[in-house]
Amino acid sequence: MAQPANPEASPWLGAAASAAQSRSNIFEMSRQAEGAVIAPRDPGGFPSDWRHAVAARIATLNALPDLAAHYLAGVTEPALRGLADPNTAGRDDRERSVIVFMDRVATQPRAVQAEEIEALKTAGVAEADIVRLCELNAFMSYQCRVLAGLAVLKGASA
Amino acid sequence: MSRVVHRFTRNVPDWQPRVTPVDLAKASPEQLDALKVTPSNTKVSDYVLVLAHDPETLNVRSPLFNGIMYDPGGLSRAERELGAIGASVVNRCIYCAAVHAARHAQLSKDTAVTDELFANGEKARLGARDQAIFDYSVKLSQSPPAVTEADTTRLREAGLDEAEIVDLILSTALFGWANRLMHILGDPVRKDG
Repeated sequence: MAQPANPEASPWLGAAASAAQSRSNIFEMSRQAEGAVIAPRDPGGFPSDWRHAVAARIATLNALPDLAAHYLAGVTEPALRGLADPNTAGRDDRERSVIVFMDRVATQPRAVQAEEIEALKTAGVAEADIVRLCELNAFMSYQCRVLAGLAVLKGASA
Repeated sequence: MSRVVHRFTRNVPDWQPRVTPVDLAKASPEQLDALKVTPSNTKVSDYVLVLAHDPETLNVRSPLFNGIMYDPGGLSRAERELGAIGASVVNRCIYCAAVHAARHAQLSKDTAVTDELFANGEKARLGARDQAIFDYSVKLSQSPPAVTEADTTRLREAGLDEAEIVDLILSTALFGWANRLMHILGDPVRKDG
């Protein structure tokens, strides 16, 4: 498997340096997308600290411990670190609804129904924030699969 | 809700948002920039207007999407579409599967591959190279991703080189992203009339 990563380093560094150098422009744009979902200028109802914790949670759900460690290292508020653990629910009703939704979209997107979006609205999540949550989740799905695929490719060519 | 489409099809349905799209007349300068709205181009789909709620991400996602699907070299355009379809079948994104199956049929001048994919889903039987590509994209789209070195070896045995495998990983992973927007934020519905 891949050597333990420095959690502070960009997870895209290894990808850009490996087999994937023919697509270095794609990895530069992927790094920009990470900035837009993890540390946006306008975070709406979900600050960057919270996004780091949930990104770590999704990386763990995808069995990528190095990536989870990278995002967890960016969580500065101790009270948020618990959210990075997939066995932990949210701290209040609204956050619990959001976390249930995020876990569902990450692991069972095919099963998600229209009522689940309505449940978020009922829980008081603004429509713009629902889109922000989906982009964060969807980006993490992309990043997890790129890094998982490249790690196996690198192993197979060694 | 009887207009919602539940079966895979190459006939691209309409898309009905579950979140109110941004009203163009009230859009911020950043939203207008991300939407690429100009005086001569004011037609924007509901899907893109929904994504405009997060203009910073929309702005970086569009060129990334185009780069992965259309940049020259590496995996053929039709085979990148096959990766996109594999993800869309696993995630059951009827709308994405329709758009990219139609594109695959057009690029490959053949409907047999996507007919078989829609008839048999993840168990579809295809030619050796298409089969290796499709099976890989199905495994990479699982949660957690389920690809192993044996799957990569199968791609090489089917004739894919390193750069082509990277492109397959990218196009499949990109649709893990796209499916989680299109399938979560709206419903595919039969066109009126």
